[in-house]
Amino acid sequence: MKYILMMTGNKSDFDGYAKWSKEDLQANVAFMRAFSKELKHSGVFVSTEGLGWPSEARLVRAGKDGEPVTDGVFPESKEFLAGYWIIDVENPEQAYKIAARVSQAPGAGAKSANMPIEVRPILSSHADLGL
Amino acid sequence: MKYILLMSGTAAGVAGYHARSKQEIEAHMAVLHRITKDLSESGEFVATQGLAGPNEAKVVRGEKNGVPVTDGIFPESKEFLLGYWIVDVPNAERAYAIAGRISAASSNMPMEVRQFATYEATSR
Amino acid sequence: MADPPQDVPFEHLLRELAPQVLGAVARRFQDFSSAEDAVQEAMIAAFTQWPKEGVPENPRGWLIQVACRRMTDQMRTEIARRERETAVAKEVENLTSFLEIEADMDPDDTLILLFMCCHRALTSSSAIALTLRAVGGLTTAEIANAFMVPEATMAQRISRAKQTIKASGVPFRLPAQPERMERLPAVLHVLYLIFSEGYASSIGTHLQRLDLAREAIRLTRNAKTLLPDNAEVAGLLALMLLTDARRAARTGAEEELIPLDKQDRRLWDRAEISEGIDLLTAALSKASVGLYQLQAAIAAVHDEAAKVEDTDWPQILALYELLKRVAPSPMVTLNYAIAAAMVHGSAKGLELLQALDSDPRVADHYRLAAVRAHLLEKLGDHQAAIEHYRIAAAKTTSIPERNYLITQAARLAGD
Repeated sequence: MKYILMMTGNKSDFDGYAKWSKEDLQANVAFMRAFSKELKHSGVFVSTEGLGWPSEARLVRAGKDGEPVTDGVFPESKEFLAGYWIIDVENPEQAYKIAARVSQAPGAGAKSANMPIEVRPILSSHADLGL
Repeated sequence: MKYILLMSGTAAGVAGYHARSKQEIEAHMAVLHRITKDLSESGEFVATQGLAGPNEAKVVRGEKNGVPVTDGIFPESKEFLLGYWIVDVPNAERAYAIAGRISAASSNMPMEVRQFATYEATSR
Repeated sequence: MADPPQDVPFEHLLRELAPQVLGAVARRFQDFSSAEDAVQEAMIAAFTQWPKEGVPENPRGWLIQVACRRMTDQMRTEIARRERETAVAKEVENLTSFLEIEADMDPDDTLILLFMCCHRALTSSSAIALTLRAVGGLTTAEIANAFMVPEATMAQRISRAKQTIKASGVPFRLPAQPERMERLPAVLHVLYLIFSEGYASSIGTHLQRLDLAREAIRLTRNAKTLLPDNAEVAGLLALMLLTDARRAARTGAEEELIPLDKQDRRLWDRAEISEGIDLLTAALSKASVGLYQLQAAIAAVHDEAAKVEDTDWPQILALYELLKRVAPSPMVTLNYAIAAAMVHGSAKGLELLQALDSDPRVADHYRLAAVRAHLLEKLGDHQAAIEHYRIAAAKTTSIPERNYLITQAARLAGD
């Protein structure tokens, strides 16, 4: 079963991250690299991506003549997706355990960030035989 | 360059969608299907995923005694991710155009467009 | 490794030969794990060289030869590192020709491999992946593509599965009779899961070159050849054929799901149905009735009805009664409730569903809500039916199912 593990943050979270010390950033990057490697090694890795900064995010709607209308203004409270992992595991408990692991990535001041990681099942394009 | 096109909604929005007529729902599904097919043909398609609803979601914050700490409660008004498309296109404008098309097909819901971070060095 | 080229006439030949080659090499070197890697490499070599040089006169011998060379090369490297005389080193020096190894082949090798790959120490997904590669002769890329994970992930999954088997110390030989019968259900379960995955993913136009359902049928046929007197193996094959027969009718033009009671039965494959029924008849004439035979019998009753109105629901109900005793599960109870509703009325069906509300294995399952919705609709309680269709839609992780359930709700709401 495939699950997506999502890491989000609001604008001040991102601004805060940008101000971390070099050591804290390196520790976090090293942790994330090791984490992805672990996922690959255990045969559950499907994909992972980091997303660009919220300042580059755009909201797009279709305009009157079909041309897209873009807008870069978001409320202060908006939660932006920072990155995600997609894993393929036997059951939800395995997904939560993996999420718990990444949520303990080292954060600012070398403490565990205990980041909230949202775990959602990914819908499949297959029929469900209900077995 | 890879972009992710995020479609989000609220519980009320989803309920409203479900309240539509069968014809409207089927027409919407058909248009989204068509868009994905066109993107495959143009070679711009990378992936698309739908996500299970927030009732099936858990938020995990660390572990206590080796057991993940989970929380499944979402405020009714909170926006949640419904699904996404990932496209591989030459520039942001093309990504916006694709997002615009999906938006137009979906009652002009706003699509959030984000570029993937890469490990490539950027020139200064 | 790149995917094998599109029109590869020897692709099917390679898949058939792979377990035979693996059996021979694994037995000779008494090392399933390394032999499996070596055979994979031989397959890749075949895909690369045969298009240019033509298929060899003795393709199996060719594969054995290449695999053995890989094995001995690997061992030479290890020996050089360890700098020690071992029995293996002696073996390398005295390596008899691949023709002798080929002659040493045992028709039971595929069966031995099936038992190994479906070892109870493995998770389902590991057993499936390893079975498809080692017994099915499929490439890692093909299997990865079928399950939509990266090739490296699938390779790692298979590698870890083999490590588990190695650690279990299970030897490369057929288990003794009583153990064989004890372990057979695990093998059949894995084959059943492969078929189910293949059948579930045959929705949709993403035409995968690999047809998992067909592969499962092929592997089960092989198993039946090796265990001709086993009623459950025959039952499983019958179940697969009787289910696969409906494939063409289950998807609409927009890739939407068409349920059994709405399918155009003219699109059903009568030849497959016929074969399934023949297999089932022969199997049922043996002593005990197992879970696959029963499921096949139920499928046969459906398939024998030329029109949905002709479906012999009392017979299906009786079969579910038996299945509840032989292999009880919440899903069986659910299906039993559907049959009971058809025979005794929807109110009876709904009553039977109540027992499942307190079963944690199924209380939250989308199918419970979906079946409830269907029965409520038949009773005319449209509001409740709509509500439960929508509950089911929110719970399923299958997009085609969700679309189907949403449109059912919308249809009722629009009436």
